[in-house]
Amino acid sequence: MNELRTMILDTADRIFRDKCDQTLIDAAEGGEWPADLWQTVEDAGLAVAAVPEEQGGAGGTIGDGLALLKVAGRYAAPLPLAETFLAGHLLAQAGASVPAGPLTVAPVHRGDPFDVPGGALHGVASKVPWAAQAVGLVVALPDGVALVDPADCRIEPGSAVSGDPRDTVIFDGAAVKVHALDDAPERLWRLGALTRSVQMAGALEAILDMTTQYVKDRVQFGRPIAKFQAVQQSLAVLAGQTAAASAAAENAIAAVEAGGGEAQIAVAKARCGEAASSAAEIAHQAHGAIGFTHEYALHQFTRRLWTWRDEFGGEPYWQGELGRMVAKAGADNLWAFATRSS
Amino acid sequence: MTDLSLTFEPRALAPEQEAIRDEIRAFLKDEYDRGTFARAQEAMAKHDFGFSERLGAAGFIGMTWPEEFGGRGLSFLDRYVVTEELMAAGAPCGAHWVADRQSGPLLIRYGTPEQRERFLPEIIAGKCYFCIGMSEPDSGSDLASIRTTAKKVDGGWLVNGTKLWTSNAHVSDYMIALVRTEPPSDDRHAGMSQMLIDLKSDGIDIQPVKNLAGHHHFNQEMFTDCFVPDDMVVGTVGNGWEQVMSELAYERSGPERFLSTFQMLVELVRAVGPDPDEIEARAIGRLTSHLMTLRNMALTVAGQLTDGELPATEAALVKDLSTNFCKEIPEVARLVYPPDAGAGDNMKYEEALATATLYAPSFTIQGGTREILRGMIARGLGLR
Ligand SMILES: Cc1cc2nc3c(=O)[nH]c(=O)nc-3n(C[C@H](O)[C@H](O)[C@H](O)COP(=O)(O)OP(=O)(O)OC[C@H]3O[C@@H](n4cnc5c(N)ncnc54)[C@H](O)[C@@H]3O)c2cc1C
Repeated sequence: MNELRTMILDTADRIFRDKCDQTLIDAAEGGEWPADLWQTVEDAGLAVAAVPEEQGGAGGTIGDGLALLKVAGRYAAPLPLAETFLAGHLLAQAGASVPAGPLTVAPVHRGDPFDVPGGALHGVASKVPWAAQAVGLVVALPDGVALVDPADCRIEPGSAVSGDPRDTVIFDGAAVKVHALDDAPERLWRLGALTRSVQMAGALEAILDMTTQYVKDRVQFGRPIAKFQAVQQSLAVLAGQTAAASAAAENAIAAVEAGGGEAQIAVAKARCGEAASSAAEIAHQAHGAIGFTHEYALHQFTRRLWTWRDEFGGEPYWQGELGRMVAKAGADNLWAFATRSS
Repeated sequence: MTDLSLTFEPRALAPEQEAIRDEIRAFLKDEYDRGTFARAQEAMAKHDFGFSERLGAAGFIGMTWPEEFGGRGLSFLDRYVVTEELMAAGAPCGAHWVADRQSGPLLIRYGTPEQRERFLPEIIAGKCYFCIGMSEPDSGSDLASIRTTAKKVDGGWLVNGTKLWTSNAHVSDYMIALVRTEPPSDDRHAGMSQMLIDLKSDGIDIQPVKNLAGHHHFNQEMFTDCFVPDDMVVGTVGNGWEQVMSELAYERSGPERFLSTFQMLVELVRAVGPDPDEIEARAIGRLTSHLMTLRNMALTVAGQLTDGELPATEAALVKDLSTNFCKEIPEVARLVYPPDAGAGDNMKYEEALATATLYAPSFTIQGGTREILRGMIARGLGLR
């Protein structure tokens, strides 16, 4: 890992460790915008870490931006950091400048209908993360991206299992300027899948740490439950799932940074999603009833996994995509396919 | 917190490694085109002395060993690349595999100058084959409970006892055996030693043990007053346990673990063809997502070995995930593409499925069972 990235990640880790605790997450899920946390993150240059300086960012690489989201995932940070990263990336790619403040993206749902007759945006975007809190909404259209002021749309608030906002945004004629960018919806979809993979990998690390600590502390039958072999074996599986998710996410980051990543993103989303399901199950089982309470923080991570695994395409979607890539390459090219680095 | 690194930072291969990949691919293509081998799933079980010799002559055995011993002084990553290519091609590596992977490195680490001089060049040439004599009838996972003894006599040792499950003993020249040189004591790991045993010595009876696939792959050896000269002791008398543990780290970290049923996956992809339906595509995609992830994890471990680390827990974790993955391939395949689905011209697919199904039970047993590996991971997590 290069020095700049290490520095970015250390900064992020410090900020979240300081400020992003269970109470803050609880309050955010109750509808309170964590303004102070956002401001600290933004002041540290983390919100637009991966946007070039001349477009208003901190000048890091796309890999820096993604690695940062893993740290955010590790703290279940209730902020639109992935969305601001995606919005910033799309705008920057289209040559537009990136505004300050929290941003979000649409559509995050394939098949949401959009139309821009005469420069006026019409359509409905469902399950848009943090639309009501964002200062700008970046809409990916077939021929480019448009930055839309949320004040020009109608927003119906909603939320996901994660507890984070997922709103319905109705565009009825907002005037937009489209910055040309090829395949903008496809770019958003793919990179969106990678952000969720990376966030899941981060949350999985937190879950493993929490669960490991819990089984060491919890005493039954006169000894820590960590001493029971059944518990040890299931935590070993949890560790395996966590490591696999992390490896899949990190490899996709490296592949994207190298300018490719089509297959690796599919691998990451499929593998992290699968790990999330297994890990959440094991973690809850190891915690017993306390893990099923609101009071204990495990759910802040597991609920996010349950949302993130389905967003920007769940396992069925990405497994299908990857399977078609493999089939197209052909049986005798499977090995070459699997060993390409990007 | 934990002394287990779960991040598995990606390890990029350098151009030198890609050059070595081209080298080994060219070698394999030539062999394959000449019809010297059929792509086998049980590649590690299949032996072909001629193949081993040609591989050795081409410089692909003992690659990581120092040049003074005839090696190429290459890195673990270089060897990793060659190994994964051999496995993915299903090449018959059974004869030289153990010598290349663990016996040679063991001798480099613990052997005497004479032992190195005597064995390493022959191993590198692909002409000297080793097997692993650890397990016994009453000692599997609990390796420290072995009962085979070596008693000191003039000029050497007399070995008595039985080794079991010894892969390829019947085609090997030497066994590196773990034996008790002192009776068991409170320190369970004390009093063991490793010995190089010439399998042509008197006092050894090697019997085949047919596996459930009907193949002769592993064996039982009975030792009756088998004489082992002093100069065949490996390392220090009494230090056998530590030496064996270092050997196991090499054994567990290789790419062979996630490629045991790779040919089955290839045949599944072939069977469903270029235009899979949704269920087929998802199944292949899911398995590929595991394959690519495990391969990257194995690469990371190889990179750590290259950097001089000994990532034993990480290797155990990758082996656990990998062996479970390999077992899953035939089970997924038969559901997605039932063996009777084709028009009767599916011989290759059905053969691959049969072999993978028959060999699957062994994957999570050999080289440390699933439960033992998970115990190691749990220890890495600080749970025990
Ligand atoms: C194909 C094949 C090739 C092999 N080749 C070699 C070889 O070349 N050389 C060699 O020395 N050996 C070889 N082996 C032997 C192998 O190392 C042993 O099979 C393995 O160590 C397990 O020992 P076991 O079979 O006696 O099973 P056991 O140790 O009896 O285990 C039986 C079951 O009990 C479980 N178990 C045991 N102890 C514990 C515990 N503490 N906690 C929880 N569960 C436990 C195991 O996980 C397993 O599920 C080979 C085995 C196979 C299958």
